[in-house]
This record gives sequence, C-alpha cells and structure tokens, in this order.
Amino acid sequence: METPLLSILIWFPIVAGIIILGVGKGPQHDSLVRKLALGFSVAVFLFSIPLYNGFDRTSASMQFTEFHSWIPAFNINYALGVDGFSVPLILLTTLLTVIVVVAGWQVIQDKVAQYMAAFLIMEGIMIGVFSALDAMLFYVLWEAMLIPMFLIIGLWGGPNRIYAAIKFFLYTLLGSLLMLVALLYLYRQSGGSFSILDYHSLPIGLGAQIFIFLAFLAAFAVKVPMFPVHTWLPDAHVEAPTGGSVILAAIMLKMGGYGFIRFSMPIAPDASQELAWLMITLSLIAIVYIALVALVQSDMKKLIAYSSISHMGFVTLGFFMFNGQGLEGGMVQMISHGFISGALFLCVGVLYDRLHSREIATYQGIATPMPMFAAFMVLFAMANSGLPGTSGFVGEFLVILGSFKVNAWFAILAALTLIFGAAYTLWMVKRVVYGKVLNDSVAGLDDLSRREFAMLAILAGMVLLFGIWPNPLLELMHASSESLLAHIEISKCPYACR
Amino acid sequence: MNVASLSVNLAIPEILIATMACLILVAGLFGSPERSGLLCYRLSIAVLLTAAVLAILGITSDSQLAFNGLFVDDPLAELLKFGICMLSAAVFIYGRQYNLDRNLFHSEYYVLGLLAVCGMMVMISANHLLALYLGLELMSLCLYSMIAFYREDKLAVESAMKYFVLGALASSILLYGISLLYGLTGSLHLPEIRDAIAGMDHSNPALLLGVVLIVTGLGFKLGVVPFHMWVPDVYQGAPTSTTAFIGSAPKIAAFALVIRLLSGGLQDMHDVWYQMLIILALLSVLAGNVIAIAQDNLKRMLAYSTISHMGFFLFGVLAGNQAGYSAALFYVLVYAIMSCGAFGLILMLSRKGFESDLLDDLKGLDRNSPWIAVLFLILMLSMAGIPPMAGFFAKLAVIRSLVEQDLVWVAVFAVLLAVVGAYYYLRIIKLVYFDPPTAPGSIAVKPMSLAVIVANIGILVVMLPWIGALIELCRHAIRGIG
Repeated sequence: METPLLSILIWFPIVAGIIILGVGKGPQHDSLVRKLALGFSVAVFLFSIPLYNGFDRTSASMQFTEFHSWIPAFNINYALGVDGFSVPLILLTTLLTVIVVVAGWQVIQDKVAQYMAAFLIMEGIMIGVFSALDAMLFYVLWEAMLIPMFLIIGLWGGPNRIYAAIKFFLYTLLGSLLMLVALLYLYRQSGGSFSILDYHSLPIGLGAQIFIFLAFLAAFAVKVPMFPVHTWLPDAHVEAPTGGSVILAAIMLKMGGYGFIRFSMPIAPDASQELAWLMITLSLIAIVYIALVALVQSDMKKLIAYSSISHMGFVTLGFFMFNGQGLEGGMVQMISHGFISGALFLCVGVLYDRLHSREIATYQGIATPMPMFAAFMVLFAMANSGLPGTSGFVGEFLVILGSFKVNAWFAILAALTLIFGAAYTLWMVKRVVYGKVLNDSVAGLDDLSRREFAMLAILAGMVLLFGIWPNPLLELMHASSESLLAHIEISKCPYACR
Repeated sequence: MNVASLSVNLAIPEILIATMACLILVAGLFGSPERSGLLCYRLSIAVLLTAAVLAILGITSDSQLAFNGLFVDDPLAELLKFGICMLSAAVFIYGRQYNLDRNLFHSEYYVLGLLAVCGMMVMISANHLLALYLGLELMSLCLYSMIAFYREDKLAVESAMKYFVLGALASSILLYGISLLYGLTGSLHLPEIRDAIAGMDHSNPALLLGVVLIVTGLGFKLGVVPFHMWVPDVYQGAPTSTTAFIGSAPKIAAFALVIRLLSGGLQDMHDVWYQMLIILALLSVLAGNVIAIAQDNLKRMLAYSTISHMGFFLFGVLAGNQAGYSAALFYVLVYAIMSCGAFGLILMLSRKGFESDLLDDLKGLDRNSPWIAVLFLILMLSMAGIPPMAGFFAKLAVIRSLVEQDLVWVAVFAVLLAVVGAYYYLRIIKLVYFDPPTAPGSIAVKPMSLAVIVANIGILVVMLPWIGALIELCRHAIRGIG
C-alpha cells in the first residue's frame, strides 16, 4: 500500500494542534508550546516535499489519490488527489504556516496554545481544501476553515475585532451556502455523485450552467474577494493579528481562485465563456478602482489589504482570458502574491510590534534606525509593484500578455495598475522608510531580531527565486493548465445552447 | 384473547419503566426527603439506562405487533426509545445540582419524569389512534406537572398554566381530527385507516377537515409557527432542569407522532398535508431565526431556535418519501442531542440563586472555564449547521431531500435563513470567547455531569467518521415502517 501522503498532510497538523491544546494548560507551558508548534509545522513542511518531488509533471490527471467511502447513503466519499494547480498551493500553505508560527513567537503572549493550535488545525483544513476531490468533502473543509479564522480574528485581533470577525464569517457563509445548493443540484443532475471529476464531464444545458456558475461565483467571489463583495477583507485584515492576516492574504484568498479553476470553469465551461465579460469587468474594476482606493489609505494594513484585492483582480482576469499565458499567469500571480502580501503583512507586523501603530504617519525615516528592515521592506514593495526580477513581475507580465491576445484594451487597462501599484506601494515606502526621523520613538527602534530576519529572508528568497527562475513553478502546472484549457474549449452542449 | 397474542415481551421497556415508576413512588416515602430523593434519582437513572439497553438490543428485529395490533415494535421505535431513554438519563444527571438547590430534588419529580418517558414510548410504538393519544396525554400531563413542580417560582407556575391550556387545546383539536377520521373510516387502527383512505375520494370535505385538524394539532405539539406562542414562555418559565427535559426527549417522541400519523395513517393524503407543512415550515424557519436575534434570555433564544429547527425538521417530513423521513429522523436525533447539551450547559453554569439564563451571563466564559467554552463552541456551531459538526450533516440531509423534490427555491430560502441563524449562534461564541468576564472564578461541576456532557456534546464532532453508518441506521429504521 502506498503512503497516504495527502491524508498525513491533512491530519498530522490537526492532531498536532489538538496535542498542543492538551499540552498548553497555562502560561508556564508557553515556551514548550511554541517549540512544539514550530517542530510540528516544520515537520509538515518536510512531509510536503515528497509531494513536489514525486509529482509527475507530464500528467494532467490526479495524483497521490486516496479513496474511502464515507457516507454511502449520500455517496459522499473521502476522495483526495492533487494536480498541477493544487501542488503549488499546498506547498505555499505548508511553508507559510511555519512562518506564521515564527511570527507569533513573541507577539502572542495570551493563550499561546490556542493560537498555535488554531493555525496548525487551519493548515490541515486548508491542505484538505486544496486536495479534496469530493465536492461535499471540499465543502465541509471549506466551511470548517472559517471556524479557526473566526477565533483568530476575534481572540487576538485589534479593537474592532468582533465586528470584523462576525462580518468575515457571515459574508463567507452566505457565499458558500449558495454553492452548497449548486452542489446539491449537480448531485441530482449527475444521478447521485459528489465526485468533482464526474461533474467535469457532466453534460449540462446553458441555463443550468449559468445558474451553477453564479452560485459558485457567490462563494468564490467573496473569498477572492472580487469587487463588489470585497468589503469584509479590509476589516478582517486590519483587525486580525499579523499571523491571521498573513494566512488570510496568502492562502485563504487563493481558495477563491482555486475554486474557479477546480469548479466554475470545468463544470460550467459554456457559462464561463458566456459570462466572461462579467468576470473581466469585475476584475478590471478591482484592478483599477481598488488600486485607487489603496492610494488614499493612511493605515498600512488597509493599504496592503486593498492592494491584495487589486492583485487578485489580475488572477481572475488571467483565468478568464482562456489562454495558456492568462491561466498560468494567474496561478503564478496567486503563488507570488502569497509570498509578497504575506511578507508585507509581516513587515507591518514588525513595525506594529514596536510602536503599536499601523498609521503611515507615525513612521518616517525608519531606514535610519532599522536599515536591515528597510532593505526588506523596499524589496517587497518593489515586488508588489511588479519589478522585473521579482515573482510579482512574472505573474503580471504573463497575465498582461494573455489579455493582449484577447483584447488590447484589457491589457492596457491592466497594465495601468502597474503604475498605480507602484504609486501606492512606493509612496507608502517613501513615507515610512525614507525621510528625516521626526519622531523620537522611531529613532529608538531596534532593527530586526534574528527571528524576524529569518522569516523575512525566507520569503525574500522565494520572491527572488521565482522572479528569476519561475520554471519550476510553471513546469508543475503546465500539463494541468493545458488540459483544463482543452476541456473548456469543448462545449458541454453542442446543440440547444446558444 | 390469550396472553400469547398480546406479545407482552415486545413492550418490556415500557412495562419496566411504568412498574419502576410506581415502585419508586413508594420508595420515596421512606427516609428523609434528601435521602429518598437521592435514592429515587439513582434508581430512575438505572431504570432509564436498562430500558435503553433493552430497546437497542431489539433494533435488528422486524416490525411486530403486540396487544392485538395496538402496539407496534419496529426498528424505528427501538431507535427512538433508545434515544429518549439516554437523553432523559442525561437530563436527570445534569439537573441534579440544580434541583437540589431549588428544592426540586424529590422522588415525585423523577417519578413524573419516568412516567413522561413511558408516555413517549407508548406514543412511539402506537399503531392505534387511541394508544397514540394515550401516550401523548401521559407525556403532556407529566410535563405540565414537572414545570409546576417549582411552585415557589411565579414564572414557572404561569408557564405551566399556559402550557396546560394550550396543550389541552391542541389535544382537543387533534382528538377532533381523530374522531373525524374514525367516523369516515370506521377504524382507529392506523394501517386500516390507511387502507380505507386509499379507497376514498380525497376531496371529501370531512376527510380534508380531519387532516387539517390533525396537522394543526401536530403543529401545536411541535411548536411551529403560527402555533408556537407557548414555546418561548414555557422554555423560559420552566425550571431549567425541566426545560432541558422538554427540549430534548419529547422532540424525538414528536417525530414518532408525526410519522405514525402522517406516514402511517395519512400517507395517501400527502398532497394535502404537504402544502400545509410547507407553509408551517417556511414560517417557522423565518420567524424562529429572526425573532431569536432579539432575545437576551438564553433559554428564550433557544426556544426560538427550537422553532426554527422544528421548521427544518418539517422540511424533511414534507417530502413524504423514505429519503425525506430518514433525513427528518436524523435531523431530529441530532437536534435532540444538541438541545439536551445546550440546556445541560446552562444547568452546569447555574448556581443557587443564579439561573445563568441571560446571554450576558456567558461573558468571558473562556477565561474561567476554557473546556466548557469549547463545548459551547462545538454546540453553537453545530446548531448553526457549520461543518464539520453533526448539525451540518443533519441540515444537508434535509436540504438534499428538498432538492430531490425539485423544491430548489425552498432550499435556497432555508439556506439563506441559516445565515441569519448563524448570527445569533455566533453571538454566543462571541460572548463566550471574545468578551471580558464579568465575574471571576471558575465553575465547579460534578465530575459525573461533566463526563456526561462531554460525551453528549463531543459526539457531535466525534461521530464525523461514522456519520455514514448513522444515516444508514436511520434509513434502516424508516424502511422498517414500510
């Protein structure tokens, strides 16, 4: 029997989280809890490496599959498997969880065990979302993920955390419940199957496809988030603790994008083409309008949150170009944004831990007391604005290339944001990092500790690696992306559709 | 008539409970009130557990009749009886300290409880309208008295009175419907009624009136909108140990009532009662979820939550087929477990002179008793229907049966209101986890109660890998009624 690698990746962190909850009975155990959490998260990361090495890049079919019957009465199965789209996202998850554990090392002094356990449990659930091949298993994990995040925002968040936590929860719940109805409809149409791969080949008329596409859109657009259902994100980001923001921006948002690839596009290909105008419009609004909104923010976390929405607009734009560059560009953008936005939130966290303010106006001339930090911050800001040589460039370039093939105007509008992106990011950097030190408290700041240096250095390494040499990433997803595009090309309803 | 055709052995759990209730009543006369109370409490729990074991042992048997067809023993009955006995035992255990503190810890309280359980079991196994009515009244009268038992409390007496008046009204409406059916079909045996109706004109006004009256009576007993007015007052006014009892086991019995009447007797009138149930269910889910938001009393909020859950339960029943009934059965079992756990938690938190039934009493619970807080978290998420808790799978089963019936719009409506419902459950989690505590000090809970409540609520997550088997069990039980 083969090693059930995916099951290990899902259940090991969840069990580890429960062990940590059991161990951490009081403040006297905090340091043990931190070490255990780090050990467990590094172990999960190491477990995920065979996934990268053992993945057959020439095949678009599901790999590392597992299958067990779960609820036979409804034909719900514990079915797992990964393709070229899920592997990079799983690796991103395992890497970032390690970083998040490190980021919470000193900052979190209250309920350390619960904090670490929540992130580990969430890691397991997120890996499950990226590898579920059964729609109901996917749904269960998709929703279950809200619970730890809700607690993370509500327990360790900022002053307005309760409002943000409840808004986050209800927004996402509403979207996902509509997806549930769509899944049940598909279950009925397919004659009682919850297998996602069965849905891919299920013939559905255009009307039903549009209904399904819109129901999925409700779930995924909230998660991405797309304009106009993005309003929960700035609230959640601003109030969440640094670790929560990192996971939210770097991984949770990607689930929306992943959902489009795994569900909307292959299950409703004709509706995807029919409604591409809607998706493209919403993406372009997000790219341009949200970038303008980001420009006027005075709170750093809010600024990065809006920048996330704008960058995720690139992802959805790329997907709905229906060509290789667009799709792969969108995927690269998701991974790269995971590193960059995560790193930027960590940078804000580093400053917040020192002065307990996220206002841009509080800081000026950080470069003088904190040169090392300033170097990192500038690097990530450059990456965020798409400087060639960083991973941010690769994704945006591919998406723009892909949209040029469809309509030059899309490309021009999208490329515009490279300017806006540069404007809001660099303006923030200018106000925070450079200039004269006007504030005594800023002058007395310590530079990065070794712990902070390590986490930022890892992310900086990844940003540069994929910026200079994106091939390992593209190679992983190439076969899957070609097969998806070929699948979308074939209409599900040769007659009676249009 | 000979003894063999009575098949008395099929009713052993009922007979055991009824006999022991009489014995306990006598035993309660000896010794000081404190000691006899304790003795009767222990005996009652032992009796309930024995009955539960006896019930579950018979679950594999086929449908058998006893008492000349008055009484039916099928897998469904055994499953429901098992659930009722287990939950009642749990409720008694939770309520021990509460009853002691409020001078309710008397033998009579437990005798009434046992007799109510006996009534529910008769109702579950009824194959005859009079047996059904007998069980229903035995249960209801005991419940009224269990509320009025707290006679020092004005609110309790008032709510007992309300419950009694409305309960009697409901019973009389039901009885009127039953008498019409009897007049039309000439029988009180459910299978015979079913056969007679199959050969009748379904638009016969008397028959329609009978069905309407029966559904109305059921609506009262279930507490669905617009017959729900008694539910919040009774839940709030009754002593919490009794509310816990009313909120859990009788819901399971109510399922039997609905199934025996609608599926057993009136299956052919499905197209008539289906329309009524859909309206009752929609209104209940709407009103229950929306009004619950405005409550500041926890017991009252749970009462409105019950109303919405009963509406959801009817969504399963109204499909009128085996898939729907088994979804409703699974839903009601999960709901009864959740409700029992919820009131159990309130009972744990209350002390002498402190009811702990206000939402604000829950503030900061996580600081003082983190494990109780985790139980609240699991319970509220399960009630809200958030996976991976069992409550989600119960809702899933029901929504699935709606979609199978082409009632997609009802499914969407139910789902949207689930979001409204999620809000007030989340508010509890917010109070428990995010708010600072108002009073310091952790809660002392008897280890026995703690163990039971951990099992009670823990099962909502722990059952996850075996949920398939449980749903299969419900299907098996429903298939048994044919």
